[in-house]
Amino acid sequence: MAMSAVGVIFSNINEDKIAELSRPRTMASIPFGGRYRLIDFTLSNMVNSGITTVGILTKNNYQSLMDHLGSGKDWDLARKAGGIILLPPYSDDSDSLYVNRLDALKGVTSFLKKRKEDYVVMADCDGVMRIDFSKVLQYHIEKNADITMVYHNETVVKQPYYMTFETNESGRIEEIAINPNVVGQTANVYSNIMIFNREFLLNIVMDAITHGYSSFGRDILTKNVKSLKLYGYRFDGYYAGMDSLLAYYKHSMELLNKDVRNELFGARDIYTKVRDSAPSKYGDEAKIRNSLVSDGCEIEGTVENSILFRGVKVAKGAIVRNSIIMQDTVIGENATVNCIITDKNVVIRDRRNLSGCETLPFFLPKGSMV
Amino acid sequence: MQRKKECVAMLLAGGQGSRLFALTNNIAKPAVPFGAKYRIIDFPLSNCINSGIDTVGVLTQYQPLVLHEYIGNGQPWDLDRSFGGVHILSPYQAKTGSKWYEGTANAIYQNMHFMKMYSPDYILILSGDHIYKMDYNAMLQAHIESGADCTIAAMEVPLSEASRFGILNTNPDGSIYQFEEKPKQPKSNLASMGIYIFTAEKLYHYLELNENDVSPQNEKDFGKNILPTMLAAGEKMFSYRFRGYWKDVGTVSSLWESNMDLLGKEPAFDIADPSWKIQTRNPLAPSEYIGEEAVVHNSMVALGCEIEGTVVNSLLSANVIVEKGAVVKDSVLMSGTVVKSGATVTYSIIDENVTIGENAVIGEEKEVAAGKGKTNGIALLGRGITVDAGMTVSAGQIVDRDVKGE
Repeated sequence: MAMSAVGVIFSNINEDKIAELSRPRTMASIPFGGRYRLIDFTLSNMVNSGITTVGILTKNNYQSLMDHLGSGKDWDLARKAGGIILLPPYSDDSDSLYVNRLDALKGVTSFLKKRKEDYVVMADCDGVMRIDFSKVLQYHIEKNADITMVYHNETVVKQPYYMTFETNESGRIEEIAINPNVVGQTANVYSNIMIFNREFLLNIVMDAITHGYSSFGRDILTKNVKSLKLYGYRFDGYYAGMDSLLAYYKHSMELLNKDVRNELFGARDIYTKVRDSAPSKYGDEAKIRNSLVSDGCEIEGTVENSILFRGVKVAKGAIVRNSIIMQDTVIGENATVNCIITDKNVVIRDRRNLSGCETLPFFLPKGSMV
Repeated sequence: MQRKKECVAMLLAGGQGSRLFALTNNIAKPAVPFGAKYRIIDFPLSNCINSGIDTVGVLTQYQPLVLHEYIGNGQPWDLDRSFGGVHILSPYQAKTGSKWYEGTANAIYQNMHFMKMYSPDYILILSGDHIYKMDYNAMLQAHIESGADCTIAAMEVPLSEASRFGILNTNPDGSIYQFEEKPKQPKSNLASMGIYIFTAEKLYHYLELNENDVSPQNEKDFGKNILPTMLAAGEKMFSYRFRGYWKDVGTVSSLWESNMDLLGKEPAFDIADPSWKIQTRNPLAPSEYIGEEAVVHNSMVALGCEIEGTVVNSLLSANVIVEKGAVVKDSVLMSGTVVKSGATVTYSIIDENVTIGENAVIGEEKEVAAGKGKTNGIALLGRGITVDAGMTVSAGQIVDRDVKGE
């Protein structure tokens, strides 16, 4: 279905929540699920909803993101008209990079002005889900809303920043709370996806510039909750919010559950950059149980309850349990690891023994050698 | 400056592959899946791009739909170019009438204008039937250095098998003094690999000559007509020695063997070689899942597979499902195939999207099966069929329709 909406993706926002993995890269390019990056889910959702133009806002460390996206062909977004448009920081009145969402939007007003689409779907990259934006847009149009915000119901855990809201029977948002003290309770938590009428979005951004506003949440949403037509769209599917390294670990492990896998990947329509690795190879003594394995792996040892990204090598006698092993990591002979997360290109030498625990997985940064 | 390409490759991909039986009922041989992820045509195409040859004409004729769709605009091989790139060359209708390709030489002849578009100095002729990694540029340099009009890639084969090949009898400097197509008493074991480099003008000349030869003996074939004619006319012809893995996968048993050659810690053919990447169209699938009770030994498993049963000495392409209690051994399973619980698949090749019902038995142990049927005992199930629960397909059987229960 052709959709009169342009996508806007914030690649950096919320990256302080998961600093270990976002240090060398953007939130958008954090590896997830064996062969994906977080942005693959947002981007695939947009493409599968009929969006053909996506502006991606970047700030810092976006080399890996550019490398991942390339021309956009892997998402069918290498287009003459539209496609992927990278929007690096732009400012004509200051030397510093933008510090918040509103600032960032100011930098892309010229992009938004040039578009012809009636609507804007604005999304962050910290939620892994499969959502049909055309349904959200339909809801937005039916409600004649100014802004439609997607939310899900979850038990709130401690995290640096979140927004909850209350809606009435018609779905209209009546109250917005930023970081309310509801840890441990279930609440309607904002999923970091909004739909706007494009002209309306431009107006509020221009207005914010005039008034010197700095926070989208505080200065625009909470202040105007009564005057704006804010609607909530409840998402009931699987939602994995990457709020912390522990949440990342927990949600990664949820992929070992068949129902979660089927919901996210059953339709085989989550796109990612292809790497042209050979299929993975399993040796004579390999013992693999309840694990996800990506292409290009070579497994000679034991792997249990783990996720192996592309090109991982597990040598003879090595034991990998309850771990997330990212791209091109090598686990040496007779090494034993449990509850660890290795970033890309980590080397665990022969006979090393490393263990974290399920509530505090041990993290090894990119390229480290143990 | 004139826009030109030094070397244009012409890939003969029209072969029917009749000795692959059910595997080529609906697709051309070069499109047959191989090695859990690839198709046969990936090998010559990857060799081209890895050798710096970026202009490839792919000549198709038999059941071209899957092949055309697969090649697409050539992007997976980096062959989507504005000048050059990969082009599908199907037989076409001309003012003087439409003609199917009559032989390998005639096929190239009919596409003379395609080659001339790039004003090449050299033409590389390839076929889509072989699994190998080869640097065509090294061969081209040898061709240029020797000053040959035609260079033929050749490798040593066991003398006992030499009579299946075109055999080159050469002088010590590599020049060819005799060419024998499938000789009964071979004088040497140097076999032609069906890979030729011609100096372009010579090729055009001999193609014209061959086309004008109306004698009934003229099969318009490179091996039978063009090469012997050139040699007889005293053209300079050289052999180019290839040392490495090269396998004709034209039969069910050779296709099976070549697949198995990818397995093991030191495989006969290293498909993961980072210095010579084989490019392919990638499946859209998540990582494979290996279940709680699964056993996977000495195998290659592609993305999107869900393995709950046992897989030993086998190659599984993308999105294959092996349910709990099912056993797959010494077999090649192509993408989308489902092996239901309790079923066993032994010494078999199973085409794409086949469903094997509960407790069905496909094939027999390799040692028992050897020699049975036309496939040396390999059980062969064709694309998209269903074998009902509890049914049996015995060793060496070729099945291309559903196997129904009571």
